[in-house]
Amino acid sequence: MTEHTAPSTQHSALKKVFDKPALLLTTQHNLCPGCGEPVALRTILELIQEMDLRARTICVCGIGCYTAFPGIIDIDVQQALHGRAPSVATGVKRVLPDRFVFTLQGDGDMVSEGLQEVIHTAARGENVTAVLLNNGVFGETGGHMTATSVLGQHTKTSVGGRDVAKHGHPIKISELIAPLDGVAYVARGAMHSPAAIKWTKQCLQDAFQSQLDRKGFSLVEILTMCPTDWFVPPEAGPTWLEDNLKATYPLRVIKAAV
Amino acid sequence: MGSRVLMEGSQALAEAAVQAGCRFYAGYPITPSTEILEYMSVRLPQVGGVCMNAESEIEAIGMVWGAAGCGVRAMTASTGQGISLMQESFAELANAQIPVVVVNMCRGQGDYFQSTRGGGHGDYRFIVLSPASAQEAVELTLTAFDLADKWRNPVMLMGDFLLSHTSELVEFTPRPPLELPPKTWATTGANRRPAITLSPLGPSEKLSTDVAAALTNVTGKHPAIKAEEVRVDAGFLDDAELVVVAFGFPGRFVKYAVGMAREHGLRVGYIRPISLWPFPSAIVADAAGCARTMAVFELNAGQMIEDVQLAVLGRCPVVGIGGISHDHSGFGVGPILNVEYILQRIQDIYPGRGGTA
Repeated sequence: MTEHTAPSTQHSALKKVFDKPALLLTTQHNLCPGCGEPVALRTILELIQEMDLRARTICVCGIGCYTAFPGIIDIDVQQALHGRAPSVATGVKRVLPDRFVFTLQGDGDMVSEGLQEVIHTAARGENVTAVLLNNGVFGETGGHMTATSVLGQHTKTSVGGRDVAKHGHPIKISELIAPLDGVAYVARGAMHSPAAIKWTKQCLQDAFQSQLDRKGFSLVEILTMCPTDWFVPPEAGPTWLEDNLKATYPLRVIKAAV
Repeated sequence: MGSRVLMEGSQALAEAAVQAGCRFYAGYPITPSTEILEYMSVRLPQVGGVCMNAESEIEAIGMVWGAAGCGVRAMTASTGQGISLMQESFAELANAQIPVVVVNMCRGQGDYFQSTRGGGHGDYRFIVLSPASAQEAVELTLTAFDLADKWRNPVMLMGDFLLSHTSELVEFTPRPPLELPPKTWATTGANRRPAITLSPLGPSEKLSTDVAAALTNVTGKHPAIKAEEVRVDAGFLDDAELVVVAFGFPGRFVKYAVGMAREHGLRVGYIRPISLWPFPSAIVADAAGCARTMAVFELNAGQMIEDVQLAVLGRCPVVGIGGISHDHSGFGVGPILNVEYILQRIQDIYPGRGGTA
């Protein structure tokens, strides 16, 4: 891989205020323009750096577009099968309880293929943090309906829009998980605006801290843009997210155990 | 321990796993493998280990994946039906080169194909060991963990209802530890070392994209495993006109029946493959070069017989003398598993008496 190098900022009057996260080994992630997942990854990596967690972090990654990340992030990663990250993370955390363990899953991975896994892991109060990148579509396969596709959402397998009679209702996983005993923290953020990113970073920090404080299972659902498979131009992604995904999945802290 | 104790095969196997250093177990109950889960749930906490009641076999193998991926010796057990559910993970555990031990405590022997071929995708192989007694289950369980670590490849122990539920005297003799490579591939947090990825999809090194090399490493070791890890029990081959091949607990019945046939003056030998993969093809081929007939006794419709035929390569006829055998329990123990029946079948097909030679 080759690195795109930014124009030199070595002039003494210029101060570098923004760069890729130190834990990102290259900016070449191969994801589409306008995708929200690299923004979420940046936010997570910044936090791991700021909270000084790198040397004790193990990420368990699911299967989706974000499977492009394990090879380019400077932390230990176990690559799990589609839907299986929660059980793998359980095995990791149980044998290394002093490590910081988080999963990275998409909506197809967590809510469609692996729903049973995340529910049981949450109910056990497994002291891990689950990060859900929810764009309401199977991105990697090319735009197919998932369990979280919103009503009216056009995908290649819900042509003309997701219809209750044909396709049923979307699963609001955060609201489903939160009431379970053993769950310490659940929040939903988004990557479609600077304010939302800032809010989400605080949610992630609270979830990470909850794990460090051994409070139990934590989940941060992050709404991400997928303009390619929403069939809109990249620049229209944030608005589409605001008007569609966020309308079904409001940004809020759903549970925060004291 | 050092002294002899009376234990069911499944318990003996589980205790051997603990003594082999297994510190993580995840399982889902299913007859006849449940006793391993029961034993581990009590025993592992005593040695600082973890036993998980997984919500299904799929999660059980996932949990074992995670623990083994951190370098801890880990095991799961199930029965053919539950093992079917784990196949996707099996294929990718082999690709990720994660050394887990899996016990397939089958009902009968109908899961030979499942154990030796597997139902997963891709080019993977499991090393498969098949004990015929509780004592051999102890020895092979110790071996299984060593082989898994030595080759960075999953190892399966294939047993059956009788092995699991028969109480026998067993002895636990400490073994000198095998010299094994350090588990530099294990994810433990990138503390004073470069970060790594443990993945079935590609290389461990960050920024490397050489997927083909990673997958070639997975299968590149197969010839060496075939050369080094064949295990077999055999007898009376020197003058044998007929050689009976059988594996697992029924292999003991065959060994006994062959002894009876010898008392009747029949020149019969036996081969009991202990490693089902790699299959002891060479000794089967040698035997087929001397004997006039090869027979296979297995409690299924004819599965291992294909491996025997591949080894024999037409040197002599290969006859199946086993079959599907169940009583009302459905656990694979039926009327055929009887030394008198096996002796009769040997007499029926003995060269010069039956219609096959």
